[in-house]
Amino acid sequence: MSDQQLAAPTPSSTYGAQARTWNWRRALSPTGNAGDAVFRAALFASALVLLLIVAAMIAAIASNSVPSIRAFGFGFLTSREWNPITGNFGALPFIYGTVMSSVLALLISVPLSLGVAVFLVEQAPRRIARPITFLVELLAAIPSVVYGLWGIFVLAPFLREYIQPPLANWFGWLPLFQGTITGIGLMTGGIILAIMITPIISAVVRDVLAAVPMSQREAALALGATRWETTRVVLANGGPGIAGAIILGLGRAIGETMAVTMLIGNRPEISASLFAPSYTIASVLANEFTEASDELYLSALIQLGLILFFVTFVINGAARVLVWSVTRGTSDTARA
Amino acid sequence: MITTGRSADAARRSLSGVMTTVTAACAFFAVTMLVLILGYIAVRGLGSLSLQFLTDTPKPVGEGGGIGNSIVGTLVLLGLASVIGLPLGVATGVYLAEFGSGKFASIVRFVADTLTGVPSIVVGVFVYTILVLPMRQFSALAGGVALAVIMIPIVARTTEEMIRLVPASLREGALALGAPQWRVTTGVVLPAAASGIATGAMLAVARVSGETAPLLFTALNYKFMSVRLDQPIASLTVQIYNYSISPYEEWHSLAWAATLVLMTMILFINIAVRFFTRKKF
Repeated sequence: MSDQQLAAPTPSSTYGAQARTWNWRRALSPTGNAGDAVFRAALFASALVLLLIVAAMIAAIASNSVPSIRAFGFGFLTSREWNPITGNFGALPFIYGTVMSSVLALLISVPLSLGVAVFLVEQAPRRIARPITFLVELLAAIPSVVYGLWGIFVLAPFLREYIQPPLANWFGWLPLFQGTITGIGLMTGGIILAIMITPIISAVVRDVLAAVPMSQREAALALGATRWETTRVVLANGGPGIAGAIILGLGRAIGETMAVTMLIGNRPEISASLFAPSYTIASVLANEFTEASDELYLSALIQLGLILFFVTFVINGAARVLVWSVTRGTSDTARA
Repeated sequence: MITTGRSADAARRSLSGVMTTVTAACAFFAVTMLVLILGYIAVRGLGSLSLQFLTDTPKPVGEGGGIGNSIVGTLVLLGLASVIGLPLGVATGVYLAEFGSGKFASIVRFVADTLTGVPSIVVGVFVYTILVLPMRQFSALAGGVALAVIMIPIVARTTEEMIRLVPASLREGALALGAPQWRVTTGVVLPAAASGIATGAMLAVARVSGETAPLLFTALNYKFMSVRLDQPIASLTVQIYNYSISPYEEWHSLAWAATLVLMTMILFINIAVRFFTRKKF
């Protein structure tokens, strides 16, 4: 917009009084060519559509949440009750399930994805790194519902038979590992999430590490640093970007729907045990949206969607800023 | 003095070696997960795959049934999403690459990136409120729009990246010959970036073809063969979901077979893209 206004004075100086009358071609494109004006306006319009979609998304979801916001206020966030029959809705069990499963996923996935990214960028020779990079990226191409299917028939039975019983034996004194072992629950949901976000975090960390200037590595190596010590220098340089990558992974974990819905047990209860079934915001939407019979029930679900939207929007915005600060900053200095 | 120096040196070197092994193990683990997942799909899926399965419609438990209508439904949804999403996405990408130096463009860029991170189920909720509620009807149209909303930011950002790869000298050469900007973009820049843009579009299609959550309450599901846009429609992903959470052993096998079909399609696109882009860049 601003460059069009800036462009306006130029013709008056170049073409004199003739161009002082308002000219639609010049208003739309600095070149003043009719084709350019139409072309630029059309492209501008489609970019505007993208903004309008997001604006409409916020408006539609927010306005449909109003009945629920009116009925429950801030109590919605702190109430444990979710009862469609009595019409009492509280989001706390879903918030708890979402936070716990995402944190569990991050605890597993962050070291793993950092390891993958460091290996591919800093340690592995190029001819090994290339195919492995492709394979790890393929992990991100697998649809959520396929992870869910695999989780139900492979991961859950495996955890039930070989992982959860020993955990209960050795660490059963911790509330985390108590209760009935079914293979379906918070732990299984968290692990499948960890597998799903690993390719995403490691891809961003790879970009961030690759953006760290080569001179940093050369300086470290010239001082006699070993390969690992050089890697630590690189990691320190990419710090904010790596934080951004982790937050990006968190955003993905929070919004992930199908695989979690199929594995987390879908019960709106708050339990300290990782073996217990839980419920996330995304999975309650997936399960109950088509069943919502009255307006308040539907509105409460849409308000859950609103919460999910804002949390992920803020998380993603913050993550982008952090990642850009590294990848952009370094490419700018490289140019200068 | 010298000996302690040497042992400290040896410790540093061995730590470095250990860390290389640890990071290699991480990469190995990630690849193993991929092999395990794809392997299970291949083994379990091939067992229940047949020509009849690919053409039949779903039937009650014990009578077999197939995914013919789901394949058609997925193609209809993808076609609809592409018709809406690709032109908008490509045009936005061209705008960002060719006129994207201002503040407006950086807002669009930021919003596009953030929209990519919005959970797909929220997109489903959005389309439900703007299409399903007013139409009082789940429909293929709503499903296609939901997938298009997911596609647009992905296509826009990859298009922008691909156009930026076109050398400035090409653009300058055409401008120097006196061509207006729109002729330069459509006649010189876009053809040069075409294969890259097509690659990005294919990847976006592959990405949305695996989406389930935004279809659950937009396109819903449908038992019969249908291509009507104002009616609910079946899709591979929703069918896989329904089969896999059912309590019947037989339907579980059908879920694996349908997954094999879906994964074959997605992997084919990904590997084809990899193959074609390798030559160029």
